Amino acid sequence: MAIKQILEKRVKRTCLYDRHLSMGAMMVEFGGFDMPLLYQSSINQEHHAVREHVGLFDVSHMGEVTVRGRDAERYVNHIFTNDVSNMPAGKILYGMMCYENGGTVDDLLVYKLGDNDFFLVINAANIDKDWAWMQEQAAGFDIELKNESDVYGQLAIQGPESEHIVETVLDIPCSDLVFYTCKVIPTPNPSHMGGEDNYLQGLLISRTGYTGEDGFEIYASHDCIRECWDKLIDAGVQPCGLGCRDTLRFEVGLPLYGDELSENISPVMAGLTMFIKFDKPEFIGREALLKQKTEGTARKLVGIELHDKAIPRHGYTVLNMDGEPIGEVTTGYHTLSTDKSVCMALVDTAYAALGTDVQIQIRKKVFPGTVVKKQFYNKSYKKN
Amino acid sequence: MAKVIEGLYYSESHEYVRVEGEYGFIGITDYAQNALGAVVYVDMPEVDDEVEAGEEFGAVESTKAASDLMAPVSGTVVEVNEALDDQPELINQDAYENWIIKVEMSDKSELDNLMDAVAYEAFCAK
Repeated sequence: MAIKQILEKRVKRTCLYDRHLSMGAMMVEFGGFDMPLLYQSSINQEHHAVREHVGLFDVSHMGEVTVRGRDAERYVNHIFTNDVSNMPAGKILYGMMCYENGGTVDDLLVYKLGDNDFFLVINAANIDKDWAWMQEQAAGFDIELKNESDVYGQLAIQGPESEHIVETVLDIPCSDLVFYTCKVIPTPNPSHMGGEDNYLQGLLISRTGYTGEDGFEIYASHDCIRECWDKLIDAGVQPCGLGCRDTLRFEVGLPLYGDELSENISPVMAGLTMFIKFDKPEFIGREALLKQKTEGTARKLVGIELHDKAIPRHGYTVLNMDGEPIGEVTTGYHTLSTDKSVCMALVDTAYAALGTDVQIQIRKKVFPGTVVKKQFYNKSYKKN
Repeated sequence: MAKVIEGLYYSESHEYVRVEGEYGFIGITDYAQNALGAVVYVDMPEVDDEVEAGEEFGAVESTKAASDLMAPVSGTVVEVNEALDDQPELINQDAYENWIIKVEMSDKSELDNLMDAVAYEAFCAK
């Protein structure tokens, strides 16, 4: 293999990599990046820090694509299931990009920064795939599409104390930001603007997150992110890794692309029709998704609670009470905040009703469970 | 430094056997419990189940993953540590005190295939 190809396959590092190592983080490969799984603590400790106080995540592996130009809004509405028309600047929407057959390309956040000025945040594992697909869909649109994933670092500060911490430690007033809104502000240190590549010319902060707690996400140049990270760590904020990032999002029923959404799991199957605006005249996948919504799908994503402490994990088989296979676990844990063995699973629709009795095969034994709602713990967002 | 106790027999998959006559008390080592993190569930066999040396007999689960337990010796399960049902974290507190199963060994010569404390300590240091 040529050196160039070898370099392209190499696992990437975020701008905070050295800091994770110096803090003794246990590193793991995720989405093509070398990321911290947990720091010198435990997943449980980090999880509880976020639920009860505040935690800090390096999420710089996430991808960013900017869409600007005369047809930007039309293009975004063409590739996105949610509706970006009539969005005020500073508003954010969650939704999906889908293939013609309704399968999911990715789930993402769309930030409207201004008229025909959109900032899309996509999953790390899908950056190359999404970028190629988005470029293919751009024919006939007068837009400037840029993959800015390498330009920005990103932090997530999550937990009930996050507003206080962002205001006092980072000096960023944010009590004015409501849930799912954002603003761009000058970076604290002018030399950290990040050069011409950084079209934000500042720091983007949003009241968003992936934990079910109140919190913020910050996007900025690498230097600025490093400075913010150092300030937060020096102030004693608990660094948190991908381990608790997964346990936190799972408890509140949030999907992870690759497990609960994929090219074979549509947002209708995943129970996310709230983020599909069918009254938009057109978007990629609209017909297929509408058909799934009206006619039903063969399989659906459900929550299952086991009656024992045994832990259902990704890939384990779900059985009906006759022992016949009816689905698979997508994500499962013994929840840290509610102390139950629960999972999300893709099952045959005949067994998807709440209260249905099922069983899960865990190694050599079969454990009984019940179909429940996918949200195992209540979110604590600041919505007004 | 992980605790390694003299007089026990150790496997490469980090289980130990404490021998008392015909019986062996089997658990995971201090090195293993430290690597796994907080134990949240222990999947144990039933009394009278047969275990085979080198074969899986249960699992220890942390938040992140399930780890199979491999039997270091063969035999019949005569007791399981039921305290671990309600308090799986006892293994983290003291992995040697809190064994997982007690077996009646069928072939004590299998102990010759295991490591002693010195060899196990060297094995872990690699």
